[in-house]
Amino acid sequence: MSQTVANRVIGRRKVPRWQKVSPFGYFALALISFISVFPFYWMFVVASNTTAEISKSPPSLIPGPRFFIVVEHVLQVVPFGLALWNTLLVGTVVAVAQVFFSALAGFAFAKLHFKGRKFLILFVIGTMMLPSQLGIIPLFMMISQWGLFDTLYALIVPALVTAFGVFWMRQIIDAQIPNELLEAASIDGGSVLRIYWSIVLPVIRQSSFVLGLFSFLGIWNDFLWPGLVLSSPEHFTAQIAVQQLKASYVIDYALNMGGAFMATSPLLILFIFVGRRLVSGVMDGAVKG
Amino acid sequence: MSAQTPTSPWRSKAPKPKKVKGVTGIASLNGKWGYLFTAPFFVMFLIFGLAPIVYSTYIAFFHWDPLGDQTFNGLENFTNLLQDDHFWNALRNTLNIWALSTFPQMAMSIGLAAVLRNKKLKFKTFWRTILLVPNITSVIAVAIVFGQLFGRDFGLINLFLSYLGMPHHIDFIEETIPGHIAIATMITWRWVGYNALIFLASMLAIPEDLYESASLDGASAWQQFIYVTLPQLKNTITFVLIVGTIGGLQVFAEPLTLGGTMDGGSTRQFSTLTLYLYEQAFINNKWGYAAAVGILITFIVLIVSGINFMITRRLASEEQ
Repeated sequence: MSQTVANRVIGRRKVPRWQKVSPFGYFALALISFISVFPFYWMFVVASNTTAEISKSPPSLIPGPRFFIVVEHVLQVVPFGLALWNTLLVGTVVAVAQVFFSALAGFAFAKLHFKGRKFLILFVIGTMMLPSQLGIIPLFMMISQWGLFDTLYALIVPALVTAFGVFWMRQIIDAQIPNELLEAASIDGGSVLRIYWSIVLPVIRQSSFVLGLFSFLGIWNDFLWPGLVLSSPEHFTAQIAVQQLKASYVIDYALNMGGAFMATSPLLILFIFVGRRLVSGVMDGAVKG
Repeated sequence: MSAQTPTSPWRSKAPKPKKVKGVTGIASLNGKWGYLFTAPFFVMFLIFGLAPIVYSTYIAFFHWDPLGDQTFNGLENFTNLLQDDHFWNALRNTLNIWALSTFPQMAMSIGLAAVLRNKKLKFKTFWRTILLVPNITSVIAVAIVFGQLFGRDFGLINLFLSYLGMPHHIDFIEETIPGHIAIATMITWRWVGYNALIFLASMLAIPEDLYESASLDGASAWQQFIYVTLPQLKNTITFVLIVGTIGGLQVFAEPLTLGGTMDGGSTRQFSTLTLYLYEQAFINNKWGYAAAVGILITFIVLIVSGINFMITRRLASEEQ
């Protein structure tokens, strides 16, 4: 009896904890999603239409028939296939290297005792505050002096390690691997190397993949440094190739957008497969609370 | 600590057990392993990360022409820089673009995260994933599309604005403020979804019972957002703001690709601090001067981040 009264009293005051998402919420999400993907659609529309179709008012909003003509045109102006291959090669090497070195150092900073550990990790994090262009002139001098100018090594060598990678891996290993697990393994007589190999690495596989993807995307999309250290077309990356299309006198929008679309669509296809993992990677790396 | 507790080689939050020599093999090896595991990183980080920064600081005190002579000139680069109108113009542009992109972006991403957080939201994964699409694409490709969308004569955005009653077409490339708005739009477009996911992760970590007791007290959804969610986000807000500031004050890719030149356009309307560094280094071959720009950028980043940090801390402590 008193139970039901209490229920009624609370029941009247209780607001359902998760109200349905309001139509406005869905509208906001749909609008932002539309804005997020529209530029890619528009790339394709402009690339596949004549300039006249795009310049009339209102312009054509649907794809036209000329996409493959534009692709052919792009391939005539720049060696695009080779540029894609170069980008893929550099991106893969850098991604693997960054994951390898970051995981090693991140593990040590998260789980091993050693003198100066705290100071060193704070130092590494501190350097993330520094503008990345601060060292670009001496880096350029180094690359030229070592004879790496206009080679793909000029893109790979300076990118092998990043402070961010180590910081990120340290966060991940700290959060995902309980100390008890490592303690148990070491009592059982596992060496540090063995424990790293057979306990730590399997746990952080997913997160390593995400870090590798971000490194890969960074290389894929970089254009300033490649523009400075590459000069011959056979070493171009995809972004530099796209930039070359702009260099002509009159801006040919269809040509430019065709190039941009060709340089972007591999990433969009990749994203279909790995998008969900990237999302959880971004959320794992976030500061909680 | 009893004698039975094995010496743990792993870092833990518990007070460190006293080191006993020879208790486990690993404990004695530990120091060495720590250095071994971090050494490959540090060797390369020293060569490609730190050494260039140190050398850059050295160059900043020289008149340094890569093709000509290099002579020590003390603080001259810095004193010249402080009287350089183009430098102040770049600073103004940078701060403008930073403010125009940071604050609307923060508000939008927190709002989006609040919608995404709802457990009754349908197609959860779909929304989260699609929001990240802008972030993965290259600035060059994006700038080519936005350059066309913002075009003065045939751009869709001007067409849209004229439907809304704008009497004339806006030149988003040549005019300063519209240009900054265009760049801020590109930056916001790229980062709003990413930051929404960061805020979402942080919101999902807020204990449910806080909302439970708030709703028992009769708080509306809006009140719960203001009095429960926002205060719990203060660390994340600080984090996103600081990271955004460090990145935002170094902005160059969007203005470079939208404007098309390193000097920032006909009235230098797109020249930012970092672009000015590149212009001095790789167009004018004034490496010492460019290095000095880099050092001033560093100070500006540290100062503005520090101010942001203090303001968000102050606001957060007042709320409690």
